[in-house]
Amino acid sequence: MTTPPLTQRPRRLFTTNHNTLAKNYLLLALIAVITGTLLSLLMRLHRTWPDLAFPIHGIIRPEDYLALVTMHGTLMVFFVLTVVPQSAFPNLVLAAQIGSDRMAFPRLNAAAFWITALSLLTLLAAFFVPEGAPISGWTSYPPLSALAAAGPGQATGMDLWLIAITLFCLAAVLSSINFLATIAVCRAQGLTWTRLPLTVWSWLVSSGLTVIAFSALFIAAALLLADRHFGTSFFLPAGMVINGIPQALGSKAWGTGSPMLWLHLFWFFGHPEVYITILPGMGLASSILANFTRRPVPAYRMMIIATLLIGVLGLGVWGHHMFVSGMNPYAGTAFGLTTIAISVPSSAEVLTWLVMLFRGRMQLTTPMLFTLGFLSFFIAGGLTGPILAQPALDAYLHNTFFIVAHFHLVMAMAGVFSIFAGIYYWYPLLTGRRMNELLGKIHFWISLVAAYGTFFPMHLSGLAGEPRHYAQLAGPVESFTRLIPVERGITWSAFLLAAAQLIFLFNLFWSARRGTPASPNPWRATTLEWSPLPHPTVTSRPYEYGPAAGQSGDFHPQWEPEKPF
Amino acid sequence: MPATFTRHTVETERKDPGFGGKPPVDRRPTGGGGGDENWDSRHSRRHGPREQLIRYRMAVFSVLAADLVFFAVLVSAFFVRQSSVHIAPTDNVVSDWHPLSVPPILWINTAILLLSAFTIEIARRQLFHEIDIMEEWLGLGRPAVRRAAPWLIATIVLGCAFLGGQWMAWRQLAGQGFFFSSNPNTYFFYLVTGTHGAHLLLGIAALVFALVAMFRFKRVEMRQIAVDCTAWYWHAMGLFWLFLFVLLVFFQ
Repeated sequence: MTTPPLTQRPRRLFTTNHNTLAKNYLLLALIAVITGTLLSLLMRLHRTWPDLAFPIHGIIRPEDYLALVTMHGTLMVFFVLTVVPQSAFPNLVLAAQIGSDRMAFPRLNAAAFWITALSLLTLLAAFFVPEGAPISGWTSYPPLSALAAAGPGQATGMDLWLIAITLFCLAAVLSSINFLATIAVCRAQGLTWTRLPLTVWSWLVSSGLTVIAFSALFIAAALLLADRHFGTSFFLPAGMVINGIPQALGSKAWGTGSPMLWLHLFWFFGHPEVYITILPGMGLASSILANFTRRPVPAYRMMIIATLLIGVLGLGVWGHHMFVSGMNPYAGTAFGLTTIAISVPSSAEVLTWLVMLFRGRMQLTTPMLFTLGFLSFFIAGGLTGPILAQPALDAYLHNTFFIVAHFHLVMAMAGVFSIFAGIYYWYPLLTGRRMNELLGKIHFWISLVAAYGTFFPMHLSGLAGEPRHYAQLAGPVESFTRLIPVERGITWSAFLLAAAQLIFLFNLFWSARRGTPASPNPWRATTLEWSPLPHPTVTSRPYEYGPAAGQSGDFHPQWEPEKPF
Repeated sequence: MPATFTRHTVETERKDPGFGGKPPVDRRPTGGGGGDENWDSRHSRRHGPREQLIRYRMAVFSVLAADLVFFAVLVSAFFVRQSSVHIAPTDNVVSDWHPLSVPPILWINTAILLLSAFTIEIARRQLFHEIDIMEEWLGLGRPAVRRAAPWLIATIVLGCAFLGGQWMAWRQLAGQGFFFSSNPNTYFFYLVTGTHGAHLLLGIAALVFALVAMFRFKRVEMRQIAVDCTAWYWHAMGLFWLFLFVLLVFFQ
């Protein structure tokens, strides 16, 4: 069928090609991550030099600080840590890794991207409405998120936030439906469930979690919008007083809604969301470690079982975010136990990776370095997990910087480092060239040191009791003034961390034009995204590395026929 | 070649080899042309009719999983809201939950929706009946579509009747002075019936689409997919409604 030339331009813009969509997603995430990083730097500047006046805006007021916290969290969690591993990477390699040249539902997939883009625009628009961005944090706990009177930004800004989240939920569910169907029915001939790369298994589990978790958040956001605009009281308790003014809707006092209901619904989404962001990174770590230690993944089946277990258990641990919320203490104990339980499969995966490193012939390429960085952050941040899973310890630590340190290491830094690993690893698929290795290594080492310099001291200031929602430490009360030098160090480190990313950005765009041209299989990998054949028939397992593995070198790609014995 | 699920018994029946007989074989014996002339495996994995059907079914089931969570959250919110109380200054535990007796017309609506599950299932099965669908595929008239169309139309009529009944239930409640924001219980009544009604409205749109698709789509497989996916969606909505109805009637 010939396409008339007039329709070619719109077709290119509204493409259904998953590789182009992957680039679009990466661009979208790049906008989000740059914005989110700038917001965090503003926060750091304000915490260290509270009296600093900015050129257009002036001094950052406490409500501005809260808006920065809210928008930083929302941008990073949804539009970076979810979009890249759960939307961009699967669009880039999922179909290729299962030996298909198309997704199951290309139009659904493209629609999901445009809804995500609309969601990001809606969220960013909150900066420009009267009173500015919302201030109730990325978790938006009611009742303050349900009442426009609760503070600046809680009127139009909060509405935009809720609409953006609702759109994002819709897009996430749609794209996951496409991934689930693609994995189930588009696999190449011979690619059985136990021959799938672990990344595909991770996307299977994380897509399942997305369908469940984001549907819950969708309805929760809809109920909160109803509370804000249609006179209901799902989340609004009785006897609300803000600034001495009793709150009521017209003549009718609010009912006895329960803010706890939002907490349960939000965290029922929020905790699986953590695994949605990190599971693809875990699958990628297995693949890259196998590739660059030239060893098969030991206990491949156990890794699959661990991934599935993390997915299932991940749905039952949400209460550990709510130990200090006034929840029934017995429920707290139960959630503490499930949380300890989920650290078992996570530890199993970590131990498997350590086994692969032990006596492996490591090739320290940039993707490998970033995977080792991922591993380091996952362990360093993960070790504080079982501490925070104790309700008694969490009671003290919950509102301190200790929590900030924990999730920035285990979710943010581990997530971002695995994103970097993925970009360096799959860059030849995007551009046909390799990124510069020297720049990549410099980027890695500065980022590693600066990331620990930024987030590790937060453990100490958290243990010293530094509260995590205060805009500044200096003031009439002097309890925390001795922590100000620590704060200053964190700020310098954060600026170093952000500056190191300029090296990455330069490398990213420079290598697209000037990088070394890559061979068809530059990393000598075995999985199907590097296959030169369009429709391979698979006869082997995904990670056949080692001296005895193949005829031509130390690996046996999945697209090559079985080696003769 | 469309997907079928009814076969002649003579085709599938395999003789019990009995004690000492020949081992059972996977393949049906064929006349000449090699033993692999199995129609189901003639197409490649990717584009076979059965794979295509399964692919669309997977998508519908994923959507339904998301919907299941949607309604499960709504139901759990119902129970949480029902049990939430506050302590009044006089030290009384006060709840603002007033039980609502639902309009009796809901019983009739439920019966209508149950009936529509049967009509759509009959329509769906017509499209997989092997003899009819093979005739259709070979271009010998449209027996399957002609048999299925009346049942699909009946389903559309029943679905519209259900929605009309729900609308009447809303009017009756509004006539008694119960509006969306009157009371926590009425939020849920309107929200549950409203969101379910919106889903059913989509279902009716899908039914109309399937009806048009049966006559317009060139490929028989696509006709099957349109009707099959609509049917599964419709069944799920019927099932969801049964649970929601029980919730609204018996758990006040």
